[in-house]
Amino acid sequence: MNDRRLEIMIGRLLQIGVLVAAATVFAGGVLYLIQSPSGHVDYRTFVFSGPALNSLSGIVISAAHFQSLGLIQLGLLLLIATPVARVAMAVVGFTLERDRLYTIVSLIVLLILAFSLIHAS
Amino acid sequence: MTAWEFTAVVWGLSFLAGFLGALTGLGGGVVVVPALALALGVNIKYAIGASLVSVIATSSGAAAAYVREGFSNIRIGMFLEVATTLGAILGAFLAGRVSTHALAIIFGLVLIQAAYHSFRGAPDGDRPIESDSLGRRLRLGSSYPVDGKAQEYGVRNVPAGFGLMFGAGTLSGLLGIGSGAVKVIAMDRIMRIPFKVSTTTSNFMIGVTAAASAGIYLSRGFIDPRVAMPVMLGVLTGALLGAKVLVHARVRTLRIVFAVVILALAIEMIVSGITGKV
Repeated sequence: MNDRRLEIMIGRLLQIGVLVAAATVFAGGVLYLIQSPSGHVDYRTFVFSGPALNSLSGIVISAAHFQSLGLIQLGLLLLIATPVARVAMAVVGFTLERDRLYTIVSLIVLLILAFSLIHAS
Repeated sequence: MTAWEFTAVVWGLSFLAGFLGALTGLGGGVVVVPALALALGVNIKYAIGASLVSVIATSSGAAAAYVREGFSNIRIGMFLEVATTLGAILGAFLAGRVSTHALAIIFGLVLIQAAYHSFRGAPDGDRPIESDSLGRRLRLGSSYPVDGKAQEYGVRNVPAGFGLMFGAGTLSGLLGIGSGAVKVIAMDRIMRIPFKVSTTTSNFMIGVTAAASAGIYLSRGFIDPRVAMPVMLGVLTGALLGAKVLVHARVRTLRIVFAVVILALAIEMIVSGITGKV
């Protein structure tokens, strides 16, 4: 394992993650448009829509019931997970390279990301 | 507008933003937010939530291509991400506290900086230099391909670069943008990293930075699926196409046109923020 091979692996992983996420968002979007009522949409005022679409558990439950907006949010969650997976892979890669300094550095970044995501649940 | 019309218009605008963002290297976020807020009257909090998500998509989507070229430096990226992610969390918390008018004005000011950056373009040549002692201790230096040969480069002024990266992260979390321009300044101008390495490493970092504020955006309700869906898909497809035609495009002229557009958006945002329209 060296830096270059590690980076190429990480790059591939990110691309696959984005494709899966985009496909999920697209599927949810198609479902949403088919079911959308004919009324007008307005996003002028900010309204907190509640935890169903704004927390990890709420999104998973709603997506599992094939609700269109839940599927979109699930796709967006997958998307948010791709850079997190990238950092996690770097932790593993630097460990395999026996690079203690950068194992610790990437662990710190992973912890900061975990803090933000735990905030969402 | 009906849901169909809204989705189609937002997709189109986002496609254009992603396309131009990829061609000019400024990213789609800086255009998407003002376009949604000014042209469609979307609340700026929904706009920055959707933009943040699209920023992750373009950064992760382009990563494989950049890595193959061998310019990006994973050590520099990872080390500076400590600063950008901490800044991003601060920015995301601030975004929940600051009024939408203030957000619009700050956004306008950042747009002026982006316009200047776009207008000026890439610096001419790089003279790779030796690392200073901290850069050496952190083993940040590496090599990158120049005309088929490996060119060594060093890294300097790490604390100042780290500090500016914290600022870049805060802006990213506050405004839902990649703030790639500030990241490049920190690496290229301050840390004296070659421009090519700076821009590709910056692209690599943008996704991780944005992911740090995404959780907070999500729990605050900034990420509305009905707005984020067309924005994310539009910016992503536009950026992918932009990266494909980049090789053939006359970027210099385009950058200047883009700079003028961004400047106009900047003034509009600031005026709208002051008069309370946004």
